[in-house]
Amino acid sequence: MNVWSWMLWGFVATAVLTVALVAMQELRLTRINIPYLLGSIFTPERSRAKALGTVLHLLNGWAFSLLYVAAFQSWGKAGVARGMLVGLVHAAFVLVVGFTVLPGVHPRMAHDAWGPTARRQLEPPGSLGLHYGALTPLTVLGAHLLFGAILGAFYRVR
Amino acid sequence: MAWTQPPIRELALVGDCRSGALIDSGGDVVWLCWPRMDSDALFAALVDGERRGHWRIRPEPEDGGWRVERRYLPDTNVLETRFLRDGAEVVLTDLMTVAGEDDQRRMPTPEHELLRRVECVRGQASIELSLVLAPSFGRKRPRVRAHPRLGLCCEAPAGAFLLRGEVPLVQLPTPGTFGARFTLGAGEARRFSLTYSADAPAVLSPLGGAADDAIRRSVRWWRGWAQRCLYRGPYRDAVVRSALALKLLCYAPSGAIVAAATCSLPERLGGSLNWDYRYCWLRDAAFTCRILYDLGYLEEAESFVEWLLHGTRLAQPRLRVMFDVFGNPSPRERVLEGAQGYRGSLPVRLGNGAVDQRQMDLQGELVDAVYAHCRRGGTLDRDTESLLAQIGDHVACCWHLPDQGIWELRGPPRCYTHSRVLCWTALDRLIELQRLGHFRHVTLDLGELSRARDAIRRTVMEEGYDAHSGSYVEVLGGHDPDAALLLLPWYAFEPAHSPRVRATFRRLVAELSAPHGLFFRNPTLRAMGDGGFVACGFWAAELLADGCGPLPLARAWFEQLLHCRNDVGLMSEEVDPETGEAIGNFPQAYSHVGLISAALALEARARQERGRPLSAAAAEEAAP
Repeated sequence: MNVWSWMLWGFVATAVLTVALVAMQELRLTRINIPYLLGSIFTPERSRAKALGTVLHLLNGWAFSLLYVAAFQSWGKAGVARGMLVGLVHAAFVLVVGFTVLPGVHPRMAHDAWGPTARRQLEPPGSLGLHYGALTPLTVLGAHLLFGAILGAFYRVR
Repeated sequence: MAWTQPPIRELALVGDCRSGALIDSGGDVVWLCWPRMDSDALFAALVDGERRGHWRIRPEPEDGGWRVERRYLPDTNVLETRFLRDGAEVVLTDLMTVAGEDDQRRMPTPEHELLRRVECVRGQASIELSLVLAPSFGRKRPRVRAHPRLGLCCEAPAGAFLLRGEVPLVQLPTPGTFGARFTLGAGEARRFSLTYSADAPAVLSPLGGAADDAIRRSVRWWRGWAQRCLYRGPYRDAVVRSALALKLLCYAPSGAIVAAATCSLPERLGGSLNWDYRYCWLRDAAFTCRILYDLGYLEEAESFVEWLLHGTRLAQPRLRVMFDVFGNPSPRERVLEGAQGYRGSLPVRLGNGAVDQRQMDLQGELVDAVYAHCRRGGTLDRDTESLLAQIGDHVACCWHLPDQGIWELRGPPRCYTHSRVLCWTALDRLIELQRLGHFRHVTLDLGELSRARDAIRRTVMEEGYDAHSGSYVEVLGGHDPDAALLLLPWYAFEPAHSPRVRATFRRLVAELSAPHGLFFRNPTLRAMGDGGFVACGFWAAELLADGCGPLPLARAWFEQLLHCRNDVGLMSEEVDPETGEAIGNFPQAYSHVGLISAALALEARARQERGRPLSAAAAEEAAP
């Protein structure tokens, strides 16, 4: 494994993913705010949650890029198409599994079946994240394809 | 029964220091813009009927003999509407929830929430709920998703509106339209929460006891804020209510204060004098700044001055007439197509065309506000000093240019006397700031500024004064009166007790006075059907208090103006002289600032007459 290449391009791809998701929210394609979603696990205070969540998202993305790198290493080569293929799987996992289990693991998130309570007040994502906007699945998919494409294009298999 | 728009005086405002909703005396939310005052409306029935969005909760039948009493809970912006008839009493509590920093650290809080609680206190009542969701002024077809546990979610371009309630709502055939009917027995209550969220996940407020807790928290927050008011005079209730109204018009993240919560409520019923007032006028700066300091709201005053300077820097070297809440230019004026207007008053304008006018009084307003800031211990940084020096140079060379004046008349520019006085004010305060040592990085050309200041003064004294009538006049070399001239002593251009000011006051009373102590602004606007301008009435009361007349007369003048307030203490921009109806955008910051300023002047005069130094007395009262 090429550690330096992973560290560099894993970070770059995560940064681009973060910017892309923020841009999609600003362009009103979706309401999903991943930093707030992550940060609110640890604090209810909105501005603090967003700041903390941004750091967590960068670290998360970096860690997840290891899976992409592992796939490239096992294939013996990288490439945009291969990166996007892993991105597709990653996005599908987030949309189908991640969003489904999130209300169970997020301490402040309400559940579709019971609604909000005094402790759990955050809107759950719903199936494929559709509660956060009709285009949410597409934006999540697009961002992860971009993430995979960057890693695939620039990571050097050793 | 056909729906009619409520009289303006029947409106009450609730808000969260970022946005606001107007509710009429029938429990109908007829105006709501989220996430900011100047955002597109979700409820705009006020300017175009129910189809543009509204939310009504009230006991039925509507014409069933219900008597309505309203009030804000004391020292809060929590509205209570009480419906009474024989054997039954229903209380509707409306508020936008607010939370202190401690509460925000403890639990997630919605970005914006309108919370409504209807309770049957006595007897039994059937309640009707009617809701029309109309995002973006109803220009977009609402896409609403209903979820059995999470409530209704209406996606809008910039976010989502989420409605939850303790009663199931029935979707009606028209998109975005919902209704419900339910019965409440004595002691029973139902709660409804409408939130706006630009971010997902949104915060879904729990109802039941948690909603009651949210009401209690909001009440506590508002009372804590109101108790900081230092005014202890005889008009404390009116002053605190006006301060609370101003706080609702304040955009807390930036410190800006918008002129009013609405757009296109007419200055003449059925006419075309319909403007969008959901922006911040630089003109209101000096008055607003001084009253915030005098009431003890130092944080708000400092934020306001910071916002003023920020907006001014963005516009350099020009001064903009108005800004949005972040100091950016307000949007171009446009018309809401297809709208019927408030009781037929067309067009419904969004944005404001006055943004392009030249108004020579703005520099004086800005510099006077900064002067007030510095007199209360504020300091200037290098950039601000440079900005003020540029303003001084600009005024010194351009004070003679014609402009549109304080009343923003849309015609050929003229040399308004009031604008020249404000040019004088700008230079006078700059010279004083230099003398007091507030300019540490930049040196003003005092000789040049003093020469210009004296030249302006000479010009106003000679050309802005009509020897025939013995009064100051609207434009240099003119003959007409102008109610803005009531402000000459306020800017310290001339003492209130001077013969010229007294003669001007007498002439204004003779030629421009309207019922209830109000004034028409000038003969041109009066001929156009303009109403009595509320702020001018308070300027008159303040002028009398400042020495133009005896204290009892000043008090009497002030007290008759208090009748311009509606049942919950709010005021519009104008009052129709014939019907006494409130007209113009609502509630109007300028009117409330005028009330507070006059009350403070009356208190100062009363202290003076009691022979106590004002500063010593204020210090005593401010002490714990």
